[in-house]
Amino acid sequence: MIEEKYDVIVVGAGHAGCEAALAAARMGLSTIIFTVSMDSVAFMPCNPHIGGSSKGHLVREIDALGGEMARNIDKNFIQSKMLNSSKGPAVHSLRCQADKMAYSIEMRRVLQSTPKLVLRQAEVCDLMIEDHVVKGVKTISGATYYAKAVVLCTGTYLNARCLYGSVIEHTGPNGLKAARHLSDSLRANNVELLRFKTGTPARIDRRSIDFSKMTEQYGDPVITPFSFDTDPRSIQKHQVSCFLTYTNEHTHDIIRAHLDESPMYSGVIEGTGPRYCPSLEDKVVKFPDKKRHQLFIEPEGLQTNEMYVSGASSSMPEDVQYDFYHSIAGLEHCNIVRNAYAIEYDCLASHQLKPSLEFRAIQGLFSGGQFNGSSGYEEAAAQGLIAGINAARSVQGKEPIVLSRSDGYIGVLIDDLVTKKLTEPYRMMTSRAEYRLLLRQDNADIRLSKYGYEAGLISNEKYKRVQDKIEKTRYEIDRVNKVFVGQNSHTNDFLQAYHSVPVTSGIGLSELIRRPELSYDITAPLDSERPSLPAQVREQVNIQIKYSGYIERQEKQVQHFEKLEDKLIPESLDYDKVPSLRIEARQKLKEARPVSIGQASRILGVSPSDISVLMIYIESGKYLKD
Amino acid sequence: MFMKSEYDTIAAIATPLSSAGIGIIRISGEDSISLVDKLYCGKAALTSYEPNTINYGHIVDADGNIVDQVLISVFRAPHSYTGEDSVEINCHGGIYVMRKVLDLVYSTGIRPAEPGEFSKRAFLNGRMDLSEAESVMDLIASGNEASYKNSISQLSGFLLKKVKKLRSEIIHEAAFVEAALDDPEHYDLDGYDEKLVIQLNSWESEVQELIDSYHQGSLIKDGINTVISGRPNVGKSSLLNLLSGHEKAIVTDIPGTTRDIIEERVAFGDVILNLYDTAGIRNTDDTVESIGVQKAIDAQSKADLNLYIVDSSVYLNDEDIRFLSEFDPLSTIVLLNKSDLYSIVDIDDIHQYFNGKVVIFSTKNGQGYDELKAAVNQLFFDGGLDKDRFYITSQQNYNDLCDALKSLRLVDKSIEDGMSEDFFTSDLYDAYRSLGYIIGEEVEEDLVNKVFSDFCMGK
Repeated sequence: MIEEKYDVIVVGAGHAGCEAALAAARMGLSTIIFTVSMDSVAFMPCNPHIGGSSKGHLVREIDALGGEMARNIDKNFIQSKMLNSSKGPAVHSLRCQADKMAYSIEMRRVLQSTPKLVLRQAEVCDLMIEDHVVKGVKTISGATYYAKAVVLCTGTYLNARCLYGSVIEHTGPNGLKAARHLSDSLRANNVELLRFKTGTPARIDRRSIDFSKMTEQYGDPVITPFSFDTDPRSIQKHQVSCFLTYTNEHTHDIIRAHLDESPMYSGVIEGTGPRYCPSLEDKVVKFPDKKRHQLFIEPEGLQTNEMYVSGASSSMPEDVQYDFYHSIAGLEHCNIVRNAYAIEYDCLASHQLKPSLEFRAIQGLFSGGQFNGSSGYEEAAAQGLIAGINAARSVQGKEPIVLSRSDGYIGVLIDDLVTKKLTEPYRMMTSRAEYRLLLRQDNADIRLSKYGYEAGLISNEKYKRVQDKIEKTRYEIDRVNKVFVGQNSHTNDFLQAYHSVPVTSGIGLSELIRRPELSYDITAPLDSERPSLPAQVREQVNIQIKYSGYIERQEKQVQHFEKLEDKLIPESLDYDKVPSLRIEARQKLKEARPVSIGQASRILGVSPSDISVLMIYIESGKYLKD
Repeated sequence: MFMKSEYDTIAAIATPLSSAGIGIIRISGEDSISLVDKLYCGKAALTSYEPNTINYGHIVDADGNIVDQVLISVFRAPHSYTGEDSVEINCHGGIYVMRKVLDLVYSTGIRPAEPGEFSKRAFLNGRMDLSEAESVMDLIASGNEASYKNSISQLSGFLLKKVKKLRSEIIHEAAFVEAALDDPEHYDLDGYDEKLVIQLNSWESEVQELIDSYHQGSLIKDGINTVISGRPNVGKSSLLNLLSGHEKAIVTDIPGTTRDIIEERVAFGDVILNLYDTAGIRNTDDTVESIGVQKAIDAQSKADLNLYIVDSSVYLNDEDIRFLSEFDPLSTIVLLNKSDLYSIVDIDDIHQYFNGKVVIFSTKNGQGYDELKAAVNQLFFDGGLDKDRFYITSQQNYNDLCDALKSLRLVDKSIEDGMSEDFFTSDLYDAYRSLGYIIGEEVEEDLVNKVFSDFCMGK
């Protein structure tokens, strides 16, 4: 039998697995990553875009930490758009249509050209765990791979089955081989699994679509890159359009008439689906008053004529799918290339993880991605990166890197996953980030480079560049705050040109920058001493001055928040010995075993007075030991 | 996630609410000194005082009016009871004034302390012995449970309905904005601000209305602080006895010895009167009579209700006339007593100096008793307690409503400043959360849930 030894094993080469394996190998550890298909590395089985509201933030954060997703999509996008650009900077979100195939090939190339990294096609079927410590994995061929840390990134493949109408196929997404055995191995080690469900719409032949009945959706005239390292000038290129169309009453009638043929509604599907990407069946049932639902027709890449029908996922029988797609304006004569389907799969009840993404009960075992109950490529990649970093650090004998809710969306994502009991696939949303005015996509590098640097994924030179940016920004803000603009005709002529109220006496330059119609860049003519600064610095100066009141308020909230996060709960704490806790709180705390008072306060069913009691108990315990 | 932070600056009355005229309000937290300084008027800013000093000064309201003369102690961390920066205000104006000072303290953004919270902080900052830990935990657990249950069970159906309605409207708007930010190609925010401002104004006035009812509500619950005054022998004791329903010797014959002592808490129709001793209102030193009158007027202006008795069988003297012309008709009722005897003074004589309510009264045979009741109702409850109307009576509810209003006004301010929607949804959510405290609801995932239940999202 084959036996091999590595530092880190990664199971699965989707968006989570690729980031995990690259991180571990780049941190200098010998790493092997398993995939069920060499042709499906970093595959996008559903929508053909990366980024979007709050997900764009995740991609930027991945980049700031030294991950791969941003760099890859910057090479392989076919359309780019900054969403919410008319809103505040906290909700600006970049989204790119990807050339799926090119993205996948590029990721495989990067994996295969990374030193110390082995990419291997094989199905992992067994985890080797001794005394709550992971030792390695076995593949279906009987080969044994030993490692000090294992990262599970099995996505939607565990015991997966795909369904539409009465058709049930026991495969992973897109007909790929499902992982049949790993669930049993996990259960045998007392790991609690959930069953979740998601779905995807049909892919349609571009040549069969009548685009004249749809509204064309263009990319931005000036393209913004995802990666802080990508020179914007290097990626300005011809973009491909998307198209907008709508369902109608007739579409809904067809769906209503065939509801009982959908496995979702006939009771065949056991898994819980996500509310944010409901099937068209769900939309019609839950929002009966809506006369139409909008659909975006998105290209899947440059080497295929497949078009993704965003907004119309379904698990209806094939003939019903044809019927309802044909009822949609522009799709009357469309040819389906791949059917829509629902997929259900086993995933982890993620509160079994520590914030480092290591299993609480199994040392050296980590997990990331859709296996953890999340959904989305970006959520997966973010967790994969953190799981990979921390798997590597555990091998290195170093403390894990844990991002907090005030560090970034990744911190929010992971904290939610390990603290809350998920009842559906988890998707990132900006409303989940309570400090979102601080966690902007424009400052992800400022917030997170230090962690990437600490992990060894950000080079010295790049880290210095970020430090320099921070320094220059701070210096310039201090300078601007001291600049005083006199009341004279030069000032007021200038203001009038921007439809801004003239001043009646001298005014601080920062006051003017705060006016909605003005900005740091616009006010340059009023600021004779202004140094020449790079665009990224000017952007930071502008945002931090313009919204200083809001930013300071939130910074203060963060200070209070962090104090509670810093109050750690001893791992050995026996909640049964804490007097005066309410029964419900006691149960919830025993189950969740929060690491800090801050995390405890976010558990549903734990009240502020329970938290007070807990704080006092821990404090008094400290004294007892002393 | 709970909004009431462990590190907020908190305040409460630290001495038992007893008959003593002096009481201490304790404030603790990192902003305590700078926030109380906003209310303080003394020889220098509070922030400039040395720690552990006691300083004389005044507490002033927003208009600069003096509310009380006080001694203020300033403590700096860690040398205080709680181990945090702290301020203690020694109030001298009695219970009613102390409450007023406390309201002012809250108005600066300081929040009311939870039960046991000072002790908790003291303990967590190592200022309290380990042996006390358990009792503090019990206090917190029992206090919170009790006050929580109490306040919820006391909620009227009206308030419950009103708060629920407000909350569901507010969360719907917050969810709409979030849905639009999350899925901007689906939900459009163009022109939304103008619509929201209209909504905001209506929420604000509804919340304001509830807040306004707190004054009346607290009058119902805590009673109307009533001062009975008048020259000697006009019948003050007799009125007190008549209202309390039994004979009671009162100490008005030794003026100036005590102040603001609740002599009696009596039911008077639908309401409760806290009858205060009148000593101190008259000045015993005739040589400085003018100071005495001023002092009396001050004392009466601090009461909710001033019952001034005039003996109708005796001519008005200078003192009567000075009092009558200074009294606020909105808080004063004049009783023309001894109507059973031959009258020298009639209502018109009083109205020459005082244009408020005058009741012809006899403490001997009870004439005018019902008319007085009606007059009290007229003054405080627009002609009578409306049983169907709602009055906020809990300080906690009042504080939560004030917080909600503050958050809604922040939304207004953001819109006014031209900020986009993402800047103020958290304030909308805060308002929702504050209102939630009133009806005891946790909010955890409400916003995300609402986004999905009200708006069709996603790909």
